[in-house]
Amino acid sequence: MKPGSKFLIGAAVIVAGVTGLIVTGVKETGIYFLTPTQLVDRTRTDSTFHDVGLKVGAKVVPGSVRRDSRTIDFRVTDGTSEFPVTYTGLVPDTFTDASNIEVIVEGKYGRDGVFHATEVLAKCGSRYEAEVKKSGKA
Amino acid sequence: MTLLGQFSLWLALLTAVWGAGVALTGRWQDRPDLQRSVTGSTYAVCAALLVAALCLWKGLFTHDFNIEYVYQYTARNLPTSYVFAAFWAGQKGSLLFWATILSIFAAAAQTVTSRRHEGLLPYVAAITNVVIAFFVITMLFAANPFDRLPFTPEDGRGLNPQLQNPGMTIHPPMLYLGYISITIPFAFAVASLLSKRLDTGWIHAMRKWTILSWLFLSAGITLGMWWAYVELGWGGYWSWDPVENASLLPWLTMTAFLHSVMIQEKRGMLKRWNVGLVVASFLLSIFGTFITRSGVIASVHSFTQSSVGFYFLSFLLLAGILSFALLYVRWPLLEPEARLESMASREAAFLFNNLAFVGIAFSVLWGTLFPIISEAVRGTKITVGPPFFNRVNVPLGLFLVALTGIGPLIAWRKASPENLRRQFVVPVSAGIAVVIALLLVGIRNGWALTAWGLAGFVLGTVTQEFWRGIRARLRIHGESAFEALAHLVSRNRRRYGGYIVHVGIIIYIVAFAGNAFKVTREVTLSTGETTELRSPFGHVYQLTHLGVSQYPQLNRFVSAATLAVKKDGASAGRITSEKRQHQDSFGRNTFEPSTEVGIRSNLQEDLYVVYAGSVQGTERATYAITINPLVMWVWIGAMVLIAGGLITMWPGGPAVTPRQRSDVQAGYQAPLAGVESGS
Repeated sequence: MKPGSKFLIGAAVIVAGVTGLIVTGVKETGIYFLTPTQLVDRTRTDSTFHDVGLKVGAKVVPGSVRRDSRTIDFRVTDGTSEFPVTYTGLVPDTFTDASNIEVIVEGKYGRDGVFHATEVLAKCGSRYEAEVKKSGKA
Repeated sequence: MTLLGQFSLWLALLTAVWGAGVALTGRWQDRPDLQRSVTGSTYAVCAALLVAALCLWKGLFTHDFNIEYVYQYTARNLPTSYVFAAFWAGQKGSLLFWATILSIFAAAAQTVTSRRHEGLLPYVAAITNVVIAFFVITMLFAANPFDRLPFTPEDGRGLNPQLQNPGMTIHPPMLYLGYISITIPFAFAVASLLSKRLDTGWIHAMRKWTILSWLFLSAGITLGMWWAYVELGWGGYWSWDPVENASLLPWLTMTAFLHSVMIQEKRGMLKRWNVGLVVASFLLSIFGTFITRSGVIASVHSFTQSSVGFYFLSFLLLAGILSFALLYVRWPLLEPEARLESMASREAAFLFNNLAFVGIAFSVLWGTLFPIISEAVRGTKITVGPPFFNRVNVPLGLFLVALTGIGPLIAWRKASPENLRRQFVVPVSAGIAVVIALLLVGIRNGWALTAWGLAGFVLGTVTQEFWRGIRARLRIHGESAFEALAHLVSRNRRRYGGYIVHVGIIIYIVAFAGNAFKVTREVTLSTGETTELRSPFGHVYQLTHLGVSQYPQLNRFVSAATLAVKKDGASAGRITSEKRQHQDSFGRNTFEPSTEVGIRSNLQEDLYVVYAGSVQGTERATYAITINPLVMWVWIGAMVLIAGGLITMWPGGPAVTPRQRSDVQAGYQAPLAGVESGS
């Protein structure tokens, strides 16, 4: 066999390996990122959505934040759908009671209608354009 | 001042367009005066942009809050060094910074490039002028840093506290210098295609630029890691977020290029691939700038709000299409001069190295864009995070580490079995010895063992290379070992500098693998209460909460929580973490509170303390405590890497050997003849 074709086989193995890693990686680690409305609609038609971990990007309902030692309860909305979120742990500095907080919560939307978050990310206003602050375990 | 700034921007635009127009239409070819005018245009553009930059700085330092940019990013009580750095804190200033630095590089490229490559220079000027024109157009029509407000506010909004960090004054410019300087290799690549001077001339002309931009990128990325580590307070230095990924992408393709270019120089292969890599690196650097300052990925919605996104996407598409179309047109002229002769050859190792680098770059790009892709294709947004990137890139990265050790050991063209045995015995034994030693001390983590074993293998390779070089000099020249080392490196800077860079990379890899042994804990402590942690190195830390103190300082109000540290029973001082509430000059709160991390580092591990807040105004404080093994080695690796890079590009050095010179001249015969017949 010519070295050229041997190399092509090696190259094909690498390309296939990279592709395989990407495809299985997306399949096994990819997480839905939904709006509250999308989540509510999905769970209505397919109740297994209550059992998968996913992310929701939404706004915190002003005045809904209740802090109790290390547990924080608040409500999120996208204007159409709204539901409560509960989270135990440290929230980032950017998570305040101000009225314009956008958050990304990760966790499961329980059958009790409460979103049980394992991680809360808060995006600070408009000051540093692409800044998202992180909390929880990384 | 803004008037002068505006005027300078327009002047820069018109001059850049003039220079590019004259150069691209080829009118200069029989008109030496026009040729001088093209070169001159790069100096004029540079001068105009420097004036514009000075105008913006003047506005910042004189607190002219009527200028929107000054109002947005500074305040009266902002420390001076941060007023200086506010220049690149926002999108508009960043664009001006980009254009100005590029104009300096463009002018420098015209000045420092050897006269042998004169034929390329007008084309280089054309390309740099076009890129500068793009940035100036974006500023003038979409994001003008000299925009004024209809009124003059009393005070500015101040700089985001997270950007008020010494690292932040040098990290963005360093990364930008990396992004920006890639334009010069790109300009040379396109110039060689345009002028049909497709020998290795363009590569020689811009070699140092590629190393320079690679060094800036490496330093910029590492400084970014350091900033994230000391400022963001989540306990690590790399979280695979879109902005970090964007900076990694051009670094990956540039690293691939630095290796594959050696094959072109030695064997005349991979010409098309190399041009493709330089073009890709340039496009990725523009993409990186775009992501960093536009927020497209973190929030797709800001996309439609700012028309800057439209300008950048159009430019990316246009530059990509034109460059690859040009490459396609010149395709037949880029025929390889040799073929791969054996899989056991350095060429083959380099080819696999390139595939792995491009594979990593592709997977990082794919993961970064996946939310957008999945939303466009399936209507549902799916995100991937650190688990995805680690899963894909750790195996590929380790494969590359293995190649780092293999590449220098095997001969060009075809390695004989004898060559392989002679070269591999020592390094492979070194790797195996490391793994056995680690198993004996009780480490069972498979990935870490692989990483550290491969690190031992690569260090074995590098040591063997140095040792053989030194031994030869000892025997032939009778020098002392130290003299031999100094001469060895200074006579073969590219080779041994490259090895030192490899050592730097290996140090990074060793440090990265340390992440597998991180210890984290969240605790709430009353005053006097103690918590105990055991580190992976077996040290026992006893941390006692001493209380929270509150006081005003500079432009902020500080709540500081302090822990007394006992390490292995002995007192080891105190560690303090702060919550800072920044305030304007009227004492009103600005921004959300920010955290100042308390870090105590040594060569083994970092004790990393974050004060997360107090329980309802009492002195009971919640802490997030992390023990991060081997973090110091990330920063040490960076220094070694930069030292190695500087050695490879240090000017001067020994005269070119006669054989090399004849090669170089042979490469120039054809194009020089072409110019003469054409003129």
